[in-house]
Amino acid sequence: MSIESEVSLDGTTLTIAIKGRFDFGSHQDFRNSYERFYKVPDTYIVNLKETTYMDSSALGMLLLLRDHAGGDEAEVRVINSSSDVRKILAISNFDKLFDIN
Amino acid sequence: MSVLAPVLEPLTILIAEDSAADLLLLSTIIRRQGHQVLTASNGEEAVEVFTRERPQLVLMDALMPVMDGFEAVRRIKQLAGEALVPIIFLTSLRESEALAQCLDAGGDDFLPKPYNPLILAAKINAMDRLRRLQATVLQQRDLIARHHDYLLHEQRVAKAVFDKVAHSGCINAAPNIRYLQSPYALFNGDLLLAAYTPSGDMHVLLGDFTGHGLPAAVGAMPLAEVFYGMTAKGYGLTQILREMNAKLKRILPVDMFCCATLLCLSAQRRVVEVWNGGMPEGYVHEITTGKRTPLMSRHLPLGVLLAEAFDDRTEVWPMAVGDRVFLLSDGVLDTADANEQLFGAGRLRQVFAANREPDHLFEEIELALAAFRGEVRDDVSMVEITLQPGQSLRATGQLYADSGQSSPLDWSVSFEFRAETLKRYNPLPYLLQLLLEIHGLREQSGALYSVMAELYSNALEHGVLGLDSRLKRDAQGFAEYYRLRNDRLARLNSGYVRVHVQVVPTEVGGKMTLRIEDSGAGFDVEQVLARPLDIDRLSGRGLSLVRQLSSDVRWSDGGRSVCVEFSWEALA
Repeated sequence: MSIESEVSLDGTTLTIAIKGRFDFGSHQDFRNSYERFYKVPDTYIVNLKETTYMDSSALGMLLLLRDHAGGDEAEVRVINSSSDVRKILAISNFDKLFDIN
Repeated sequence: MSVLAPVLEPLTILIAEDSAADLLLLSTIIRRQGHQVLTASNGEEAVEVFTRERPQLVLMDALMPVMDGFEAVRRIKQLAGEALVPIIFLTSLRESEALAQCLDAGGDDFLPKPYNPLILAAKINAMDRLRRLQATVLQQRDLIARHHDYLLHEQRVAKAVFDKVAHSGCINAAPNIRYLQSPYALFNGDLLLAAYTPSGDMHVLLGDFTGHGLPAAVGAMPLAEVFYGMTAKGYGLTQILREMNAKLKRILPVDMFCCATLLCLSAQRRVVEVWNGGMPEGYVHEITTGKRTPLMSRHLPLGVLLAEAFDDRTEVWPMAVGDRVFLLSDGVLDTADANEQLFGAGRLRQVFAANREPDHLFEEIELALAAFRGEVRDDVSMVEITLQPGQSLRATGQLYADSGQSSPLDWSVSFEFRAETLKRYNPLPYLLQLLLEIHGLREQSGALYSVMAELYSNALEHGVLGLDSRLKRDAQGFAEYYRLRNDRLARLNSGYVRVHVQVVPTEVGGKMTLRIEDSGAGFDVEQVLARPLDIDRLSGRGLSLVRQLSSDVRWSDGGRSVCVEFSWEALA
């Protein structure tokens, strides 16, 4: 598991990429990945391209990010989810809170 | 002094030496280094002094009369137990074998004669460091052990409370529920609750909190409390769901929530009403056709959304006697094999397809999981509820707290519930609580609630909303009926349901008259009553039920007003 985050050149978008398992063990790294930036971006992108597994505490972490990003006003996009991960997001109906594609 | 390593803390040091001259010399050196000195002139004396004074370090001559140093060391090490009391052998021996013997006997180091004060001081300091390291390790080990015991104790207490809360309903008593929960984890985050409503319907909740252990159990307590409390009072699924969601949203941290399926199984009405937020799809299994209808997750889990955004819409499916509802937790589907492949819904459906004897379904799923992986996860929960002919309606809770002397026996009250209220409020639990103030009615609370619930929903659905019960003649029409009901209710802007209650004392006890009126078009009472009492049809069951449960039912005002009576005898 590794988590990398980077801000776009214009400072408006923060992209967080999660490799491997996205579960409780990633909790602190995931929080650090967005809390360490001083400037608040307009858009957050969670890239799950290389995420192999996701459990319910990972869903909880996405809720934390959404809360950090402003709750109902937040713009959080979840991209490149594999079919397994997408199933988990679908069962939880997280598409009602996040822009998932 | 200045050439010696600084003494960190003065020690009490025992010197055992049979030569008086050597003893004097060593004592002087060691006192100069700032330590306190105890002396002994043979091994036996050394053991005695050690037992009495508990020095922190021992300098031991190897060869002494009465008891030699080797034996004395063995005894002192035994007395010292787990604490490290470093022992340095003082020896004029030179052969490797003899020196090795000193360490084998339990000595920690040796110092050859003649003594070099510099080396002696350095060795004492080095041994003191080891001694303190050992003391720290022991202290931390004991601390961890205490914390661990404490934690286990707390978990056992919490689990005992949790088990009482989680299993206090009818989960073990009801003959039509079978369930399986893995026993491996202390708390696995899965929660299974079941309880009867006042009218004899059954509410079942299968929930799965994010995370395991205490945090999950903490969230389960208020959830169970809301479930049991509101079910017993006669609240419907939507009110219970709203309360659970609001409560969890208020108390849980942002990243914790509870996936849950909540259902109401009504043997009287032959339906199951379901809300699924975040749980894997369960199934309604029609036994005669073998058809399995999935109960999909349509909502976000409980505790995620604020009350304003929460969606309490439920789905209603018809069921026949013998049909089953099957629910499961994600532990079943997420069981992974050695290559991290998940068991998944596809393999579960294969087990369903191969199942010949419905009673063996759990065992077959367990076998399939075991064959897939070899061991089952600690959070596998499955529950199956069979629709059985309705239980006799029993009173709920304590019947008589007192002799009934304080019961109100001569009063009346009228309510008018208008469109905005009908849309979002269920007045039945409130009305039931009010009527149960009359102690004589408590014995009939089940029948009373059922009759009240049927007459109220008839007034609302057939009267105010103008829905035709004949729509419910088949499964498709059934779904259409509930879709129309939701649509029309959402757009309702006029109409009313009135409830009049009149209580009067009689010679033997009392009589309660309940009259319910609606603003609808009414119906042809004679024609509807002419239909046979047929409880196996999907439609028209409500009226049969009312006619079975109450002695006297009368309609007036072209079907817009209905009146029932309940009477009771005072206790001797």
